[in-house]
Amino acid sequence: MNEEVIKAEGLTKVFNKSLVAVDHVNFSVKDGEIFGFLGPNGAGKTTTINMLITVLKPAEGKASVLGYDIVKQANEVRKVIGVVPQEYTADEDLTGYENIMLCADLYGIPRETAKKRAIELLELVELTDFKDKRVETYSGGMRRRLELACGLINRPKVLFLDEPTLGLDVQTRAATWDYIKRLKKEYGMTLFMTTHYLEEADALCDRIAIIDHGKIIVTGAPSELKDSLGGDIITISIKENVDVVDIIRSVEHVKEVKNENGAYRIKAEAGEVTAPLIIEALRKKGYTVTKLSLTEPTLNEVYLEYTGRAMRDIEESREAFRAQRITLRRARGG
Amino acid sequence: MSSANEYKPSLIRGLWALTVRELKKWLKDPVMVLMLVLQPLIWMGLLGKSMNIGALFTSGNLGNISIGNITIPGNYLIPPVNTTVTIPGPLISQMLQQMFSDIGTRVMQNTFGVADYFSYMAVGMVSMIVMTTTMFSGMSIVWDRRLGFLDKVLSTPVPRGAIIFSKVLNATLRAMFQATIILALAYILGLQLSSTFTLLNLLGIYAAIFLLGVGLSSVFIAFSLRSTRMERPMQIISLIMMPLMFASNTFFPISLMPDWMQAIARVNPLSYLTDAVRQLIILPLDAPALITDFAYLSIFAAVLAAFGIVLSWRYLTK
Ligand SMILES: Nc1ncnc2c1ncn2[C@@H]1O[C@H](COP(=O)(O)OP(=O)(O)O)[C@@H](O)[C@H]1O
Ligand SMILES: [Mg+2]
Repeated sequence: MNEEVIKAEGLTKVFNKSLVAVDHVNFSVKDGEIFGFLGPNGAGKTTTINMLITVLKPAEGKASVLGYDIVKQANEVRKVIGVVPQEYTADEDLTGYENIMLCADLYGIPRETAKKRAIELLELVELTDFKDKRVETYSGGMRRRLELACGLINRPKVLFLDEPTLGLDVQTRAATWDYIKRLKKEYGMTLFMTTHYLEEADALCDRIAIIDHGKIIVTGAPSELKDSLGGDIITISIKENVDVVDIIRSVEHVKEVKNENGAYRIKAEAGEVTAPLIIEALRKKGYTVTKLSLTEPTLNEVYLEYTGRAMRDIEESREAFRAQRITLRRARGG
Repeated sequence: MSSANEYKPSLIRGLWALTVRELKKWLKDPVMVLMLVLQPLIWMGLLGKSMNIGALFTSGNLGNISIGNITIPGNYLIPPVNTTVTIPGPLISQMLQQMFSDIGTRVMQNTFGVADYFSYMAVGMVSMIVMTTTMFSGMSIVWDRRLGFLDKVLSTPVPRGAIIFSKVLNATLRAMFQATIILALAYILGLQLSSTFTLLNLLGIYAAIFLLGVGLSSVFIAFSLRSTRMERPMQIISLIMMPLMFASNTFFPISLMPDWMQAIARVNPLSYLTDAVRQLIILPLDAPALITDFAYLSIFAAVLAAFGIVLSWRYLTK
């Protein structure tokens, strides 16, 4: 089996001759891992996926999936991948079962095999009771699960998930993560996913690439990226109005101390062990600690560190998504 | 582990699956079917029934025109006499009525080919429904694109042709179905079948509808796929629909139109479908005319389908 399941070299997409949506990205995805693209709206995540799943042709660069070139061997690629798109693409007027069978027909899966698999997949995503109901009546979470089931009908070796929990509420999102993990375990696939939720990237991905304005800024395991920031942040205040930077700096594992108006901001490895040591050192010298907080770095800090700004507002994009759905429904007269 | 080789993505299977999807969607939306049928039905009622053109030339219209006694010099008579002669008005009126009752039918026959205007225009409604149905169903691809369904289908190994053909086929099947409804309604409302009509003629009608449906929908699908603004196809439909109908023989014979309009009507494919259906249902069948109609419709379908399918294909594989 190929160790590098997906490989992209200088992959680029330009829209309307001037908008560089994806800008010479390089990455590789290893067999069996969950690789995530993390980035704000408009970063170029969907465009990258669309190139990898052979829906868009790259302007420059090349990429391969399981060794098949995405342009020259597009049809081979299509046979071995599964796709769970960002939108709900299941047909509202058909039932869940009919939708899955439609996907099976597109892949040319023998009908008997397809029927067995459809039943099995519906069971797996817990839609068996709703399989003969029209998708129109499904909730957001159920639709997402149906998309997952459709994406798996051809037993793909690589599954592409574009924003798998976009627009879902917090509980449904967590439940969807469970489904994704379960499906991956069941079928032993390699997963390529995109998200603009930091927690999602953290919870699901073995490795991530942070993408912004079409460029990959950094790649690595979430824990690695967080560690690269230099450890945890401890914030301490003391009762006495004296500068104690030197005392704190002498404590083991402390890497950096800053006095910010009487509050000390300390970067340290293994914060949960170091914090008590700092308190102890200060107490020995007769100082009293009045406040203490310990923050482990999140991907938020990672993002801030590498892009120089906070991730664009998440709420905003959820609003935009909802507005879009409402427009669509209205336009369809539903 | 299953291998990908067990799958056989095929044009036929994909075409079948995608077409069945559309037809299922369609059956679940009977209101749309009704709306499309309603439009020609209203036309039939408004123009075909209430504006009864045939009645213009009937003798009844002369009944209340009072004609006085007419006195003429005797030397105009055959043979001439020496006195003046007076003919009573009612006698003149009666004779005129006799003449016109005959002329009325003949004027209708000469102009429209049939004695009643309703039959003439009701058949024209078949063209109308074929045009609206194919255009509206061609537009469904705009939704597929917008909702991401098209991208999902494109990421599967289904042959690209299946995607385009399924749209063409679906539009054409719908047009045939709706035309059947229109013809049935027209028959119920009093359409006069010609003496040469047989059930076999229905096959000819479907063939003609199929040709126009394929031609129109291919172009419209390509256009819908390629337009960047999704409301554009809708605007185009409403813009061209009425002119296309009036610049054809749907309501009125081409030979009586002004020259510039004749020029349009003679290339307008609606004229040929309408004429073919008229030949097959209400007129005494004129074989050479029917052959011309089919030849034109075939060329129209072939050229437009080739053009539309190539354009769509290039879009889908770009
Ligand atoms: N079909 C398209 N035509 C023109 N511009 C596009 C198209 N698709 C995406 N873009 C633009 O490319 C950029 C990246 O979009 P996208 O890949 O959808 O971002 P993301 O999925 O990360 O939110 C955006 O600026 C978007 O407006
Ligand atoms: Mg996206």
